[in-house]
Amino acid sequence: MTATPTRLIVGPFNRVEGDLEVTLDIRDGAVTEARVNAPLYRGFEQILLGRPAADSLVIAPRICGICSVSQSVAAARALAGLERPDIPANGTLAANLILAGENAADHLTHFMLFFAPDLARECYAARPWFAAARRRFAASDGACAGTLLPARARFLHLMGLLAGKWPHSLALQPGGVTKAVDAGEKIRLLSIVAEFREALETHLFAAPLEAIAALEGTAALEAWVEAAPPEQGDFRLFLHIARDLGFAGLGHGPGRFVSSGSFGLFAPGVWSQGVPSDFDPARITEDHAHSWMEGGTLPPSAGQTRPAPDKPEGYTWCKAPRLDGQVAEVGALARQVVDGHPLARALIAARPGGSVHDRVVARLLELARLIPAMERWVHAIRPGEPFCAPPAAGIAEGGSVGLVEAARGTLGHWLTLQGGHISNYQIVAPTTWNFSPRDAQGNPGALEQALAGTPALPGETTPVAVQHVVRSFDPCMVCTVH
Amino acid sequence: MAASPPPSDTFNVLWLQAASCGGCTMSALAADDTGLRRALERFGIRLLWHPSLSEESGAEALAVLEDCAAGRVRLDCLCVEGSVLLGPGGSGRFQMLSGSGKPMKDWIARLAARARHVVAVGSCAAFGGMPAAGHNPTDARGLHYSGWDLGGALGKGFRSTSGLPVVNIAGCAPHPGWIVETLAALALGGVSAEQLDALGRPRAYADHLAHHGCGRNEFYEFKASAARPSDRGCLMENLGCRATQAPGDCNIRRWNGYGSCTDGGYACINCTSPAFETPSGPFQETAKVAGIPVGLPVDMPKAWFVALAALSKSATPQRVRANAHADHVIVPPARRPQKLP
Repeated sequence: MTATPTRLIVGPFNRVEGDLEVTLDIRDGAVTEARVNAPLYRGFEQILLGRPAADSLVIAPRICGICSVSQSVAAARALAGLERPDIPANGTLAANLILAGENAADHLTHFMLFFAPDLARECYAARPWFAAARRRFAASDGACAGTLLPARARFLHLMGLLAGKWPHSLALQPGGVTKAVDAGEKIRLLSIVAEFREALETHLFAAPLEAIAALEGTAALEAWVEAAPPEQGDFRLFLHIARDLGFAGLGHGPGRFVSSGSFGLFAPGVWSQGVPSDFDPARITEDHAHSWMEGGTLPPSAGQTRPAPDKPEGYTWCKAPRLDGQVAEVGALARQVVDGHPLARALIAARPGGSVHDRVVARLLELARLIPAMERWVHAIRPGEPFCAPPAAGIAEGGSVGLVEAARGTLGHWLTLQGGHISNYQIVAPTTWNFSPRDAQGNPGALEQALAGTPALPGETTPVAVQHVVRSFDPCMVCTVH
Repeated sequence: MAASPPPSDTFNVLWLQAASCGGCTMSALAADDTGLRRALERFGIRLLWHPSLSEESGAEALAVLEDCAAGRVRLDCLCVEGSVLLGPGGSGRFQMLSGSGKPMKDWIARLAARARHVVAVGSCAAFGGMPAAGHNPTDARGLHYSGWDLGGALGKGFRSTSGLPVVNIAGCAPHPGWIVETLAALALGGVSAEQLDALGRPRAYADHLAHHGCGRNEFYEFKASAARPSDRGCLMENLGCRATQAPGDCNIRRWNGYGSCTDGGYACINCTSPAFETPSGPFQETAKVAGIPVGLPVDMPKAWFVALAALSKSATPQRVRANAHADHVIVPPARRPQKLP
């Protein structure tokens, strides 16, 4: 038993998007306190100032290479909030497909490249499932990524067709999309999505997507796991390992989930310790108490970004967003809980703060729900009808907010225009929520809370359980600070 | 614990993300529809460490970097994605390499001194890119260039131990083929200074223009121009397209299987060139003087452009004119029996 905690500074964290450092205070083999540092600042909110309004459509996506489309959609929606275009149905369908394509690709990328390789680490060599984990999930040559990375690449042909390329497209405009789909392209889109469905149903789930989406609770999930041998699908193998490693008991977050809603498919709202309420972006503030930023707590519509690298209380470039002054978690688990999916609600009923297990399950559940929706949207496209409303002329003044659900959670762009130019631009990204520092009241951010109590064993320089918790959030650090 | 030393016959690549969005890696992951690692392995290329693909994290990852910096592991190629941040005040503190207590700029300088080749992946690492836009709040630089000027983070006279300058795979994001083909050419040992253009870009793609092979070619020929987003017409006259000036084989090869910027319906923003991030006007509007675009097709005398544009506009078929202002084909090409000689 140690009387004083030891301090461990962990980094660089790879297989997260961008730069992350975590400082851990450890006592008796567990984390007592964690401080999360986003150590990269690029200044996008400063770069956007003074630019012509629509330049945000070029600049904002370049905040992030993995959620580039989400940044585009948020920027386009912020402009649309001022221009009020009459977006044609085709424009909404195509934009939904582009965004869902990114969300789905990101969920798969997270599972196969970022999260699962840790299950094949040498430290688990004594576990009964280790040989299977090596075969499927090893970072260098695991069969899961070996099979599904090419499937992802071919799925991204959807981006080539609808958005020209990925990442960093200019196809998403306030009035719709720049690329119309003709009758032949509609068939090609159906082929692309069908091929991806087949890859997921063969390798990831070893089940029809609809069977995964229909899992209505923890008992159904357990029954599904037991219905076939452990290596029948990478999702099933993950669930076996998660049970053995106690992932359901690891990484409990704040238990307040936020979603701005997506596609008209996932409802918006807030879910706090079993109590639902509406989501109102006007109740968001950003606190700078422990950020290397000047200024106090303000709503993003009035927020400012002025770096203060020598601020003694600071330990990260990340600001601390709060809803009604409280910490919240965003992401696929939040979306599925808020939407009311029975499996997600059942998971949260068992553990109000969620867990490593719950976050991974919700992400793959959402993947299984997204692909059938994409098929419906492609079918609904009507070639020959418009895809984009003409841009509105002369909108020069005003404030607006563009909200979107990126793969990893709620993203908001708060835009203010003066004289047709950007006079203020504030971005609150999903991982800004999840990886925020302490606020002025000393409340730790969502990951900081989730890390408390995580095992950190003697001799571990980069505790593997800490890595599981961190990666369970699918952090995007480049969005976090931007 | 460091990773086991690589076999002596591999071409060892270390990949770092400086001030990047990660988009170059995301583009590269789709390489050849098979994935970056497999696409590179075919050429004997081994990734010593990559931020998205390697198992090693934390202390294990730092050990890999330290082994390379100390010369214990042969570093054939250092790939840097993202601009190098010198600020604030030259300290580099806008990007500290996690867990190391040192700025990323210092790690890059140490590793670049050991590397046989240094490759800038993307326009940020090449020229500064988007973080250098406007008043450049973080003092962002490319490795070798700062915008159009020599004098990036590694200094004007930098040469890697092979004698080559930094190889600039410019693009935002670059095509995965540009990345794989450049690294493969380096691994095969066939790259000389003559194969790079004046700004260090591989001529294999930079000797082309994004305009070459553009699917809007007929509209360009007749100056039948798009007026608003989703129009099928040429994007040069009104909507800011710089493809006639932009280095790249963007329309000769496909992006993500099917696309390109212009096929996607939007302007080329010349993302392979220095300072693309700070145009003189809005990105999606063509700057003009007296109705003539300021940025004319490269190598084209202005008087000829004006004369030919006037002539081709007067000769525009009705079909081309109608389709230029629609998002789908309104008037199909005429169908007549072929005349026999």
